[in-house]
Amino acid sequence: MFEVVAEGTGPLFMDPDADKAREFFRAKTRAMVSKVMTVSEAVGRFVHDGDYLAIGGFGANRIPTAVCHEIVRQRKKNLAFAGHTSTHDFQILAAGEVFNRCDIAYIIGLEARGLSPNARRYMESGKVQSCEWTNYGMACRLKAAAAGVSFMPARNMMGTDTFKHSAAKVVKCPFTGENYVLYPALWPDVSAIHVHEADIYGNCRIKGISVADLELARASKRLIITTERLIPNEEIRSDPTSTLIPYYLVDAVCEVPFGSYPGNMPYEYFSDEEHLRLWLNVEKDPEEFKQFLDKYIYRTRDFNQYLELCGGLERINELRAIEHLIDVDGRG
Amino acid sequence: MTEYNTMELMICAAARNLEDGAAVAVGTGAPCAAAMLAQKAYAPNLVIIFEAGGIAPLLPTMPISVGDSRTYYKAVMASGMCEVMETISRGMVDYCFLGGAQIDMYGNINSTVIGDWEKPKVRFPGSGGANDFGSMAWKIMVITPQDARRFVERVSFITTPGYLDGPGAREAAGLPADTGPHKVITNMAVMGYDPESKRMRVESIHKGYTFDEVQENTGFELLKAPEVVETPEPTEEELHLLRDEVDPNRYIIGR
Repeated sequence: MFEVVAEGTGPLFMDPDADKAREFFRAKTRAMVSKVMTVSEAVGRFVHDGDYLAIGGFGANRIPTAVCHEIVRQRKKNLAFAGHTSTHDFQILAAGEVFNRCDIAYIIGLEARGLSPNARRYMESGKVQSCEWTNYGMACRLKAAAAGVSFMPARNMMGTDTFKHSAAKVVKCPFTGENYVLYPALWPDVSAIHVHEADIYGNCRIKGISVADLELARASKRLIITTERLIPNEEIRSDPTSTLIPYYLVDAVCEVPFGSYPGNMPYEYFSDEEHLRLWLNVEKDPEEFKQFLDKYIYRTRDFNQYLELCGGLERINELRAIEHLIDVDGRG
Repeated sequence: MTEYNTMELMICAAARNLEDGAAVAVGTGAPCAAAMLAQKAYAPNLVIIFEAGGIAPLLPTMPISVGDSRTYYKAVMASGMCEVMETISRGMVDYCFLGGAQIDMYGNINSTVIGDWEKPKVRFPGSGGANDFGSMAWKIMVITPQDARRFVERVSFITTPGYLDGPGAREAAGLPADTGPHKVITNMAVMGYDPESKRMRVESIHKGYTFDEVQENTGFELLKAPEVVETPEPTEEELHLLRDEVDPNRYIIGR
């Protein structure tokens, strides 16, 4: 038994018991069957009220926007959320008020773009129970879960108020006597990750940085994949080195071209800074924001219709040029 | 002497602290500009890393996000968050740059809440990767405006550890030894930390400002380094690189 030196006072929203997780994964199917379905069907089947939800990517980079919209559109409620590397995804989910518990590593902000007025109002409203962590701390929790163990040690967070309001513990290392912070494993009920390519079974390829998605995919009990494009299984098998997420982790595969919009998709299209600015501006007035949400999310049928409202392929082409540093006017 | 603005001076002052061959974890904005300038001006082998996974990119433009595709443009590796954080934990990252709503005399940083945590007056984003950087990188750098509301006696919430309560406190808490706050660069001065008391001290003052003015804009008593000098002005070469290569669109230096 480790000697516990200090304990955070924050709530632990999920059970870190590794054997219970093993029982779940023991029963999870390994059948190689097509999991292709619509985003609406995937969210309907795999996101349940009260679930613990995590979103892949990095805030406004390679995010499954269509799934975030659909969770709001289907008016899911009482979710717990992993506020980890979240920015625009958090903004969308906070707009729908779909969660009432939040593990916080980074929320409300959109990095250099500023803070979301609506997400801030929601977090200051008292409607959300929260627990503090750090980006690496949350990654450690997913890493522990992915490894099938109940905790992961690290050397951050000790001595701070972030630790005091977390649910981590500081212990003495049984080998050296040094203090280490232990992060409890986190097995989200359901997660969504946007990828570049997937086959119908859910074997996935991601280009560019993986952020914490390799850990998240393995930690999640249910996993929804949105993909820029479907590719044949033969292509996966011709280059297995490129597979970063194997099919047996995946429950749903949804083909959503431009699915990270208005976020950046590496090597495909850059973030739509004008549209993200529109969100931040409109949120200043709650009444105006309500109408904005009606127009862009609640009254849209699906993600394609949202893309059309935002300028469609013409806008995407502009964002492709920005991503590839192409000066379309040729003026240098 | 070419005219320059305060942001240009701050970026140059920060860049000069980054020696060739060091590794630095940066965010977007002024820290990124400082690292890019250092790389072009005097530290060609500076390793720039981003928390979401970008390692040693040849940045084509200023990134908007620490995870956007610019952060691994022509990089040596597009990795992930654990790769980066564990490189810092292993002791291979010399500098990190941090920001925040408040900083105190021991260099502790608050980016979580103003007021009571339970019922915050203002809620901010939280740690993000700041606590990870500030706990495990060797030296913490901060670029921020000199303002008595930012430089407070005690931060209302320690998001990221500075020297905590003073000498020995980081080590007692369990943080890696010999790590901690290094420099604070503002629009008025460059500050470091007294090696004995671990309290913030003024080391150089920018042209046109006095120690008293710096003190008036600080919410706690500042110490003085044994010799307080005038901050060297940006050179022609630095200004050329900054304006023509690092930030030609003036995203940062135009602020």
